[in-house]
Amino acid sequence: MNKWLSPRSAFGITLIVVALLGLPFVAAMGGQAWVRILDFAILYVFLALGLNIVVGFAGLLDLGYIAFYAVGAYAWALLASPHFGLHLPIWVILPIGAGLACIAGVLLGSPTLKLRGDYLAIVTLGFGEIVRIFMNNLNAPVNITNGPQGITLIDPVAFGGFKFSGTTQVFGYALTGPMKYYYLLVALAILVIIINLRLQHSRIGRAWQAIREDEIAAKAVGINTRNIKLLAFAMGASFGGIAGGVFAAMQGFVSPESFSLMESIMILAMVVLGGMGHIPGVILGAVLLSILPEALRYGVGPAQMALFGKQLVDPESLRMLVFGLALVLVMRFKPAGLWPSPERKRELGEKRMEVAK
Amino acid sequence: MSANVPTTLLEAKAVAKHFGGVKALRDVSLTIRRGEIYGLIGPNGAGKTTFFNCMTGLYVPDGGGFVFDGVPLVADAPHQAAERGIARTFQNIRLFGNMTALENVMVGRHVRTRAGVLGAMLNNAATRAEEAAIRQRAMDLLHYVRIEDRADDLAKNLSYGDQRRLEIARALASEPKLLCLDEPAAGMNATETAELRELIEGIRRDGTTILLIEHDVKLVMGLCDRVAVLDYGALVIEDVPAVVQKDQRVIEAYLGA
Amino acid sequence: MDIFLQQIVNGLVQGSIYALVALGYTMVYGIMGLINFAHGEVVMIGTLVTITVAGSLIKAGMPVALAALAGLSVSLLLCMALGWGLERIAYRPLRNAPRLTPLITAIGMSIVLQNLAMMIWGRNYLTFPALLPKVNFELAGAHFTFIQVVIVLLSGATMAGLLGLIYRTKLGMAMRATAQNPAVASLMGVNINRVIAAAFVIGSALGALAGVMVGTYYEIAHYQMGFMLGLKAFTAAVLGGIGNLAGAMLGGVLLGIIEALGAGYIGDLTGGFLGSHYQDIFAFIVLIVVLMFKPSGLFGEKTGDRA
Repeated sequence: MNKWLSPRSAFGITLIVVALLGLPFVAAMGGQAWVRILDFAILYVFLALGLNIVVGFAGLLDLGYIAFYAVGAYAWALLASPHFGLHLPIWVILPIGAGLACIAGVLLGSPTLKLRGDYLAIVTLGFGEIVRIFMNNLNAPVNITNGPQGITLIDPVAFGGFKFSGTTQVFGYALTGPMKYYYLLVALAILVIIINLRLQHSRIGRAWQAIREDEIAAKAVGINTRNIKLLAFAMGASFGGIAGGVFAAMQGFVSPESFSLMESIMILAMVVLGGMGHIPGVILGAVLLSILPEALRYGVGPAQMALFGKQLVDPESLRMLVFGLALVLVMRFKPAGLWPSPERKRELGEKRMEVAK
Repeated sequence: MSANVPTTLLEAKAVAKHFGGVKALRDVSLTIRRGEIYGLIGPNGAGKTTFFNCMTGLYVPDGGGFVFDGVPLVADAPHQAAERGIARTFQNIRLFGNMTALENVMVGRHVRTRAGVLGAMLNNAATRAEEAAIRQRAMDLLHYVRIEDRADDLAKNLSYGDQRRLEIARALASEPKLLCLDEPAAGMNATETAELRELIEGIRRDGTTILLIEHDVKLVMGLCDRVAVLDYGALVIEDVPAVVQKDQRVIEAYLGA
Repeated sequence: MDIFLQQIVNGLVQGSIYALVALGYTMVYGIMGLINFAHGEVVMIGTLVTITVAGSLIKAGMPVALAALAGLSVSLLLCMALGWGLERIAYRPLRNAPRLTPLITAIGMSIVLQNLAMMIWGRNYLTFPALLPKVNFELAGAHFTFIQVVIVLLSGATMAGLLGLIYRTKLGMAMRATAQNPAVASLMGVNINRVIAAAFVIGSALGALAGVMVGTYYEIAHYQMGFMLGLKAFTAAVLGGIGNLAGAMLGGVLLGIIEALGAGYIGDLTGGFLGSHYQDIFAFIVLIVVLMFKPSGLFGEKTGDRA
């Protein structure tokens, strides 16, 4: 294998690195709100790639992914906020959050992974709702989650004395909180991209693909399908837990509202719309679907004013309407996603025929 | 073969299986010896594939069981069968269609390799070495079944005969002691069948015991050392081809009594 | 004992509504393997249309019974058209697409319908006009209303009618055949497009009826009401064994009763630790437990692996 990059790809990578480094400064020109949107876009890339292991690689339809994110977020919120008076360092909380999410994944997955795809979907969906309802109601008789009010004043991510909230001066540049989080998130996203790439072309990755293709044949060649599926499920859950922790720290606030079914659906939509199992596609899907609703938020209102001179319809619902239509249209004209992997495109094209058999 | 290795590789003991009221297998007992090519024949619906599926763990027998290589086989654990050394092909070819031929065989190495998630994530030297070995072995097997030039084609784009070969290569990748072929000659023309026969004989020569389910009685009689005949889920006879061929009950079963 | 009986009555009423909605999910799923996420929105639109039509007719001075009938008819027809349109425009082009594609489309349609409804009817809760007289009965310590009786009887009759349609008519036979094996059914001359369209139209009609019942029962409606209702109904369908009509009916009723009993007794069961606001989790916990022990649902057919 070639150890050195060709000049062309080296140039490409340099370009991407420069763009990634400079992006928050460009966004900051439009205000810190845009940097925050960028942060969320990257966070969603991370989440979507975590779910991609479950849905894209192992072919398991998980509609409750947000529950693991919620577990991670609440783990951070409870262990690093005035709510319980605990302020544990990141080295302790993040592994706990990921570990709890992983355990939740295993607990949910081990009895249910033998179910048919669509049943798994509804079970995971139900699980997501259960988690949310518990977070909403576990404020009495013992106040654990503080109910619908959520938990506030959560500690930011901090390494030693370096906090990710607030503005710091670095080499004469003023780095705002959102900008610092941006770089942290980019680093995390790159990590998860590398992990995704390596898994895909590994012994385990092949086993996942084999299960997706033909579960019986996979069993016959000696793959312990249940364990291998559980592995995907638990890994996806752990990534969800990590993302949740970072989310809680970044926001400084969590409440059950952030973990609705709609969020699970959104992340699934990112994976499918982008092109399941295809890492660049999933990244594209995550960036598009996180930026698009925000862009619409800023675009729809003013556009109406310009066209009609007044707000004809509520911009919020118009924005979601456009979003829903976009989902429908993309699926109609790009059924395998916007950027599917070459094989996946063909493979998925024939799945329905087999079902019809 | 050294003297202290027992000659019996697989022993089926009174295996029974029914689906609802239908008795697909009635206490079938048979013995496969090390190094032989063992044929299992019978009319359509005689229970051949059911027997296969019980043995490879896809079905759980309702009675009886199997002893493989001196140790009982655990029912309901297909992946363990492969681990123990039983590999199979399917009557209606079951390849991983959207993986390349090479990848299919690489998947077949699953039970003989170790790398887990951690290894994949770290991509350390041991993982890389194992991965290279998997690839090399898979390539060798493709060469062995003579489809190495199709290595990078998607399995589903291979010709029918090549798909059969690929399935055999995938099965061999798990280094089986017993290779079970479920109607490998189905749908093949005379030339392809002759080539298949050569391949099977080669595999046996290289030390793998073979269980062959076949419809093509001529192929079975010519190729197998011993043959068992199933009819209505029950074993009719188990003997060398010359005897089986002349058995009145077998003739009746095939001609319809 | 009183609470028990009362909760059984309440559960039966809620369950009948779940059952009607669940049938829409199960028919579509049985025939084309699609979770029609937008079905809950069809129910919601059925409710809101009835509010507008019946409400304005009553205001215009029409007798309530007549206005109710008009509202129901308009809502039924509109929802049937909506169901037909959904299938024709959104799902049919995706018949051979990857499995998750129509699911995302369904989610997209659900978002579209919800926000359209919000634009039309606004964000606020709407009051459902009183279409049935408010009469109370008491039997063996349980209170129930005329509305509850009507809901149970009407859904029972509707479901009996549906079973008749599926098992006694040619269209029903075509639907069953398609559910078994679309390829063979089409070889036998079944018009698959027609069958699928029929499943959507019938399911939507049942959904509209359920929507009107929900509105009459709870006397309020909202553009987001379809979501949880749809989710529960789908759960009921899976509970009963998805694709199975009788399963959806029984699953719906069972879920309603379990929920009502759960809500009534959860406080006692957990020593006051969990309150009745945990009602919504019962559906899912029961579902998970049932599927663990009976992976194809309570009344579902076993789908064995074939080697």
